[in-house]
Amino acid sequence: MPQDELQSGDLSHRFDYAEAFTAGLLDPGRAPPDAVSGPNGKAAVKRYAVYRNNVTVSLIDALAASFPATLRITGPDFFRAMARFHVRETPPTSPLLFEYGRDFPDFIERYDYARPMPWLADVARLERAWLDAYHAADAEPLASVALAAIPPERLADTVFVPHPATRAIRSRYPVVTIFAANRRDRPVGRIEADGPEDALVTRPGLEVFVRHLPPGGAAFLDRLMAGEPLGAAAAAAFAETAEFDLAANIAGLLQAGAITAAH
Amino acid sequence: MNGLAPSFRISKTSRFPAHPIAGLAGTSFKHEHLPVILGDGPKDGFFEVHAENYMGAGGPPHDALARIRRDFPVSLHGVCMSIGGPRPLDKVHLGRFKALVDRYEPALVSEHLAWSTHDTTFYNDLLPLPYTPATVSRVANHIDEMQETIGRPILIENPSTYVLFAESTMSETDFIGALVQRTGCGLLLDVNNVFVSATNHGYSALSYLADFPLAHVGEIHLAGHAEQADDEGDLLLIDSHDGPVADAVWKLFDIVIGRCGPLPTLIEWDSAIPEWPVLKAEAAAAQAILDHHADSHHLLGKAHAAG
Amino acid sequence: MSTRSTVSAAFLAGAVATALASFATAAPLSEAEAKAAMDAGKEKCFGVALKGQNDCAAGPGTTCQGTSTVDYQGNAWKFVDGGTCTTMDLPGDRKGSPTALSRDIPS
Repeated sequence: MPQDELQSGDLSHRFDYAEAFTAGLLDPGRAPPDAVSGPNGKAAVKRYAVYRNNVTVSLIDALAASFPATLRITGPDFFRAMARFHVRETPPTSPLLFEYGRDFPDFIERYDYARPMPWLADVARLERAWLDAYHAADAEPLASVALAAIPPERLADTVFVPHPATRAIRSRYPVVTIFAANRRDRPVGRIEADGPEDALVTRPGLEVFVRHLPPGGAAFLDRLMAGEPLGAAAAAAFAETAEFDLAANIAGLLQAGAITAAH
Repeated sequence: MNGLAPSFRISKTSRFPAHPIAGLAGTSFKHEHLPVILGDGPKDGFFEVHAENYMGAGGPPHDALARIRRDFPVSLHGVCMSIGGPRPLDKVHLGRFKALVDRYEPALVSEHLAWSTHDTTFYNDLLPLPYTPATVSRVANHIDEMQETIGRPILIENPSTYVLFAESTMSETDFIGALVQRTGCGLLLDVNNVFVSATNHGYSALSYLADFPLAHVGEIHLAGHAEQADDEGDLLLIDSHDGPVADAVWKLFDIVIGRCGPLPTLIEWDSAIPEWPVLKAEAAAAQAILDHHADSHHLLGKAHAAG
Repeated sequence: MSTRSTVSAAFLAGAVATALASFATAAPLSEAEAKAAMDAGKEKCFGVALKGQNDCAAGPGTTCQGTSTVDYQGNAWKFVDGGTCTTMDLPGDRKGSPTALSRDIPS
């Protein structure tokens, strides 16, 4: 085979070992590919199953590592069964495993056996945001003096640049409280919270922080993160709830290190 | 030493000291061990990290790796480049890999003779390939591309395998030898993988080593394996990295180092990770063998590779 | 979104001033400032800082190893009450129910 032909690209039909080999990796009902065997023609059912097992278990393990509170809430058997369905339905597309699991919360929401725990998908969403914050770019939080230097008449048009780690998660359930109780080793016990909780996730230094967002806070932060200026973001938050406390929200975002610049 | 990896020059603008890695034993770096490693007294040995774990933008992983890199030689071990796959390499992933090499100036850079991505799916396992002249060309092109991208040679690791391809026309050692010839790459000899594959496919690990291009080896891997059974009920070893190195693998290692002299040697332990002293003791056992052979090589008039 | 026009420049300036006042590090916070900064004290009670956890998820070390853990897939699994879903006592009867989970897996 001439060298330039090999380098010229579309010869994948000549190299179909990967096509044949992957066909059964996520499908335990399929026989091993014809192209493989053990030595001297020995069978390859269990041998091929090693690869299928490696793929399945390692990806379930990856989800377990990324969603520890979800795992703790459900217990390992429930979690692994649920994760296995998801792995086979939606395997990763990136070689970076910390990117895997973006679709897992939506899967949990659809997963029949998780219906008695309607908050579970939101806990998973918060855990996914936590992992994004963990790997986000480093940035210096905005110093309050920088905000103080902005002339009052320019504030309405001032754009707040969120820290790369900043995320807002909204929930109809007490998701922050449930998350917090299950990301610790302590016994969970009674949760003294009812009603909706929105979460702010960010990482001003090396530690990821998860906090409550006060009423209207998620709307405010969503608009800021979309690049809208302070005046428009505040108006949107007031439109959502009259309880919105602008001063408290600005202070909370600055204190959390959720903002890196204002201009 | 063939000098492949340690000959990498640290530029004048280096962010990190140039820690020599020759003749050292090291371990996989696990974040939970960081505090005890940094407080552990003498800074000997080296650490190996999986490149993909440090391909996020920032945060604690980079902070931890930077702290380790300041005090120790670091080996950057890619696990997801899919060099052995039939499809073109992922250019975005190549770019991320180059950025890591530039950022941390690792003493060693390695990847696997395997593949893990096909079309749009990442399978997170090191999958096998048939050994033919056609796949040699394809894999050699991928190695060339990676070496050109990062601007330095890489070490290619021999795999653990559980199946054989009917279409293979070359032995694994001939295949690896051809890759070295065509790309100038070095080799990472995983002695546990040799033992696992030899057991699984019924050949002699010693004859594999006799055929292996040992002169091009720049690093050794040692790891634990697990025992299962194949369809016929015969022993099938799994490259599980979840326990101590087996006695048989230590013996093979001793033979390899006796032939090659003291090469940088890594204890891989990636699952059921023990307390740091356990991992450190495994590395010390490897270091003792390296030092023993360093002395005899020295007595034989060869260059003393330690330090 | 006509409501947007309701936030005046003066109101914004006042809110920013109040927010900044809570950062006057030398002076202890007044009760009102503390309340403004902490919003009903909830952040203090429930804020979670997790250090160093999860770097395994940053790409588990499983990527270049086999696993000796056998995946017992199929319908043979049972849900063991090993999680906190049944011990976690949420208001509003939202406990997990192991009995509701023991149905057959849809194939």
